[in-house]
Formats: sequence, structure tokens, C-alpha cells
Amino acid sequence: MSEPTVLVGPERARPDAPAPPARAPRRRRVPLGARLRRDWQLLVMVAPGFGILLVFSYLPIAGNVIAFQDYNPYLGDNPWQAFTHSNWIGFGQFQLLFDDPAFWDAFRNTLAITVFQLVFFFPLPIVLAVMLHNLLSSRLRGLVQTVVYLPHFFSWVLVVTFFVAMLGGAGLLAQTMRDAGMQPWNVMTDPDTFIVLVTVEAVWKDVGWGTIVFLAALSTIDQSLYEAAAADGAGRWRRLWHITLPGLRPVIVLLLILRLGDALSVGFEQFLLQRDAVGRQAAEVLDTFVYHFSIATGNYGYGAAAGLFKAVVGLVLILAANRVAHLLGERGIYSRS
Amino acid sequence: MTATRRRSTGTRPRRPVWEERPNPVGQGLKAVLLTLLVAGVLVPLWVILVTSLSSRETIADAGGLVVVPKGIDISAYRTILAGGAVTRALWISTLVTVCGTVIALTVTVLAAYGLSRPGTVGHRWLLAYFLIPFLVYPPLVPRYLVVTGLGLKDTVWALVLPPAISVFNLVVVRGFFQGIPQELLDSARIDGASDFRTLGRIVLPLSRAVIAVVGLFYAVSYWNVWFDALLFIDRNDMYPIQRVLQSYLLAGQAPHTSGGTAGVTMPPTEAIKMAVVVLTVAPIVAVYPFVQRHFVKGVLIGAVKG
Repeated sequence: MSEPTVLVGPERARPDAPAPPARAPRRRRVPLGARLRRDWQLLVMVAPGFGILLVFSYLPIAGNVIAFQDYNPYLGDNPWQAFTHSNWIGFGQFQLLFDDPAFWDAFRNTLAITVFQLVFFFPLPIVLAVMLHNLLSSRLRGLVQTVVYLPHFFSWVLVVTFFVAMLGGAGLLAQTMRDAGMQPWNVMTDPDTFIVLVTVEAVWKDVGWGTIVFLAALSTIDQSLYEAAAADGAGRWRRLWHITLPGLRPVIVLLLILRLGDALSVGFEQFLLQRDAVGRQAAEVLDTFVYHFSIATGNYGYGAAAGLFKAVVGLVLILAANRVAHLLGERGIYSRS
Repeated sequence: MTATRRRSTGTRPRRPVWEERPNPVGQGLKAVLLTLLVAGVLVPLWVILVTSLSSRETIADAGGLVVVPKGIDISAYRTILAGGAVTRALWISTLVTVCGTVIALTVTVLAAYGLSRPGTVGHRWLLAYFLIPFLVYPPLVPRYLVVTGLGLKDTVWALVLPPAISVFNLVVVRGFFQGIPQELLDSARIDGASDFRTLGRIVLPLSRAVIAVVGLFYAVSYWNVWFDALLFIDRNDMYPIQRVLQSYLLAGQAPHTSGGTAGVTMPPTEAIKMAVVVLTVAPIVAVYPFVQRHFVKGVLIGAVKG
């Protein structure tokens, strides 16, 4: 098997084989020229994706430097000229930002919504997944899954439209309340209950989708564990606590880390769409703040500073959370071998 | 719904003997919860569909939205599909979705295959390069400046190109490719097949399921594009459907349909609005059941590897 491969070219490592120890001397055995001659087609394949990421991900990430500029879009004919002609002002934008009460409002709203959703949204897909997993009829389970996955594929415009149609001022709820002789309550414009509303919307859209990864983890739990536990007299809830939840723990930790890294983003389109109906005070989050204070007003450097602040905090959070997970003996996100 | 019959993972037709008899209260509670959940998804869809198909009298009787259908009246659809903003937006969205999905699938499959062989030139560096954008998102303001600086504003390319590779989808496809038995690829190499040939003749035919799933993900995200259109599309004759939906239903602008219907009695606005919603949902609901059965398999691989 290995003899003929030599005729074709140096053997490539197999993806399913254990990775060779990193920086082992034998990695250098094949000269670069030969490897290029062998692999150039693969490099060509990677090129389009490389280019798209370079232009639309890495270039914007590098473009964060305008946060340290007094960026003026009207200097020069294009953004590049405007960039080279604008003055560098150091941390000036950040000073303005940290003195801006609107920024801190957005910051507080974002954190409040994150914490609220961590408590009231995060556990729901786990509960639903356990319920679905325990359904005896696979027909019924498939049916429920088909229906509850569906809203994940709706845009936020659609989801908000549905909620306006059901709960808005001219919606089904208001209609029913009017028929019953009550004062209709427009949930969609009430700033006091906004945090509940956005959570319900997020649950409606993604609770079903969120079960997929838990269902996958549940199907890998060894069934004989349950049998043995039952034989030892463990009841339904004890089995749930001592077998099911530990089986789900790696997935739960992974998703918690990812959610924590995203603590400062709570669903941009969802909030942008509802901000005007509810009011800035309750519905401004960091992402919408960046949008409204930069692109909507032309103050690009300021918006870039807010965006950069958010990105850096997010990166620190995700690395910290991953570190904590490692200390607790979990796999975390990037411990790939 | 027809697609969900056979489910290979975790089918347990009978309750195991060691398990205690189900508690009727618990069972009832579970049934109620699941029914509520399913109804919560289906009822809004039903109400919107029925209202879009209702006549002026039915809507007036119901006082807005119609729950119980009384006859079918397709005049709302006839009005909005007769040309005008909604028709145009549907074409634009179709164009963006078709072009975008084809381009994105091509870019993703090529990159996934190129990155699926450890030990090739620069493999570790390239892999890191492709995975970092999963953790560090392109920031809004510089992204806006890059796209406008490239002169893509008010073109479909502004909607098609930036999202043409999603790291998540890349990881899913790559994971699938790595699961293909290496012997197949080795034998192709021995026979002198190039990497492009191997990908086209051996790998792709084995990967229909994952391509279907990732294709659906891309298609849905292109069909759903809203914010990028808000950023990059200023001309309202280039609006995709989500942008039109938002301006009619959420920002409350009147749907200006084609002038040709002047003099003809207009169908009720409520029906027109809901018809726009139905046309926005319809493609998703139509394609989704065919791909749904692959989800668990396809996404599972990505989740385990990622």
C-alpha cells in the first residue's frame, strides 16, 4: 500500500492517523520545493476563501486603527485616502466614549440582557432536548423537531413581524383584549417589559435549534449506565442528575464559554429593528450604539472606538472563560490536538 | 414533515424493562408543553396565511387578523405580484440567493478540501488563518468603509461577497471530508488523479448530505439578508425582500404597488401586508423539509470537531 504512493509523491499524513509530535525532526524531511510541487493544487483551492477572508475580515480588523484617528470621510476621494489624510489622535475617541452617558446606558442594557438570557434562555434547550430524547415515539419526536427547528431559519425581520402581528397594537392579542372589553396592551412598545419580550423572541426563534447539539450529546451516553443505575435503585431524577447532566457537561461548558465571549453582543438585528418602537433608553445595546453613533451620523472614528472596545472585551472574556474551563478540567474550545 | 420518518440515531421503540412506569401527571405536563411549543410556531404562520387569503369583509368582521378562514381571495397576491416594489424585491432576493449560494458553496467546498489534509504545505498556518475569524468578527465601521471603498455600494456584490465563506460551514464541510476513508483518496492518487479530479469525482459524490445542509444554511442567510442591505443598498429599486418587508410592516410605509391597478378596487391592506410576509416565508418553508433530515448528521459532525 505504501510502496506505490512513493512513486506518486511524498506521502501525506492521514487525517485519521494520530498527529505526529509537533516539530518532530521528520517534518523537515521533505524539501519545501517538493511539497509545493505536490500540494500546489490544494493551495489553489484554498485561495478564493483566503482572499475573501483577507478583504472582508482581516482588512476590516486591521481597519480598527481608525479608532485612534480623527477619521474624516470627506478627506480624499475614497476611504483609503481619507484614512491616510486623517489625523492621529491617540486615545481621544475612547476618552469621549467613556464620558458618554449614552454609551454606558447601552453597556448596562447589554449586560442586563445577557445575564437575563443566561438565566432564562440558556437552560431551556437542555430541558427541551431531554424531553425530546425521552419521547418513546420517534415519529412524534421527528414531527416536533421539524416544527421547532423551523423558526431558526426566519430572519429577524420576520420574527419581529410575527410578534407585531400577534402582540402588537393591531395584533391578535390587542384584538382579543378589545373584544373582551379590556384596554389593549401593546407589548411591542412597552419599555418596562422589553427585556422579557426580546428573550421570548429569542426563545421562539432558537430554542428548538439549540437542542440539536444537546440531542447529539445525549445519544452518545451509554444506555447501560441508566440500566445499572436503575438496578441500584436510582429513580428518574437521580438518573437525570447523575448520568444525563454529567454526560452533557462538556457541551454545556463549551456553549457557556461561547456565550460568555459574546456577552456584549445580544442580537444586533433584533434590537435595531425594535429600537425605535421601544425607545433608546431600554433598547439601545452596544451594537446598535456603534451603528447609530457612527454610520448613521458619519462619526466613524467614534463608532470604531466603541466597536474596538467591545471586540477587545469580548476576546478577553472568551480567553478567560476558556482558561477557567481548562482549570476545571474541561476541554474548552481550542484544546484541539 | 415527510422527511422525518426514519431517524437512525437513538431509536428506542420500547420502554426498557428496568424503567419505572411513567407518571401520568408528568406525561400530561410534557404533552401540554410540547403542544404549546408546536402551536406557538404554527399558529402565527396559520393566522398570517389565512389573513393574506381573506377578503375585505372577512378582515373587517374579524377586526384585523383572521383566525378562521372564510373563503379564499387571492387578490392581495395578484396585486403585489403584478409588478412594483415587492415583485422587484423578490427578484433581487432570488438573484442574491442563487448567486450567493453557488459562489459560497464553491468557495467553501474548495477551501474545506484544501484544508482537509494535515501535513500539506503551510497547513497549520492556513487552518489558523481560516479559524480566527470565528472568534474575531469583522468590526462594523471598518467593514462598511472597506465595502464602500471597493465601490460595491448599491450592487448585489455588496450582499453576495462578504458572507461568501462562513467559518462554521467550512468547519462542518471539512469535518465531513476528513471522515471519508483515506483509502479511496489514496487509490485515486495512485491512478494519477489530480486533487481537483479527486474532489470532483470521488469526494463530492459522497458528500451530498453535507452539501445540502450547508447549501441550505447559505441560501437561508442570503435570503434573509437585511442589515447588509440597510448598510450597502441605498437605491430602493435594489432592495431585497427583507428590506421591503421591514419598511412596509415595521416602519409603516404604504406598499406602493404598480400604477397599473389604478381604478381597480385595492385589496385590503392587511391582506397585502400578510401576503408579503407569506412570500418571504414561503421559500424557506418549501425547501426546509427536504434538507431537515440531514441536520442532525451534518451539524453533529461540525459540533464534535469544532
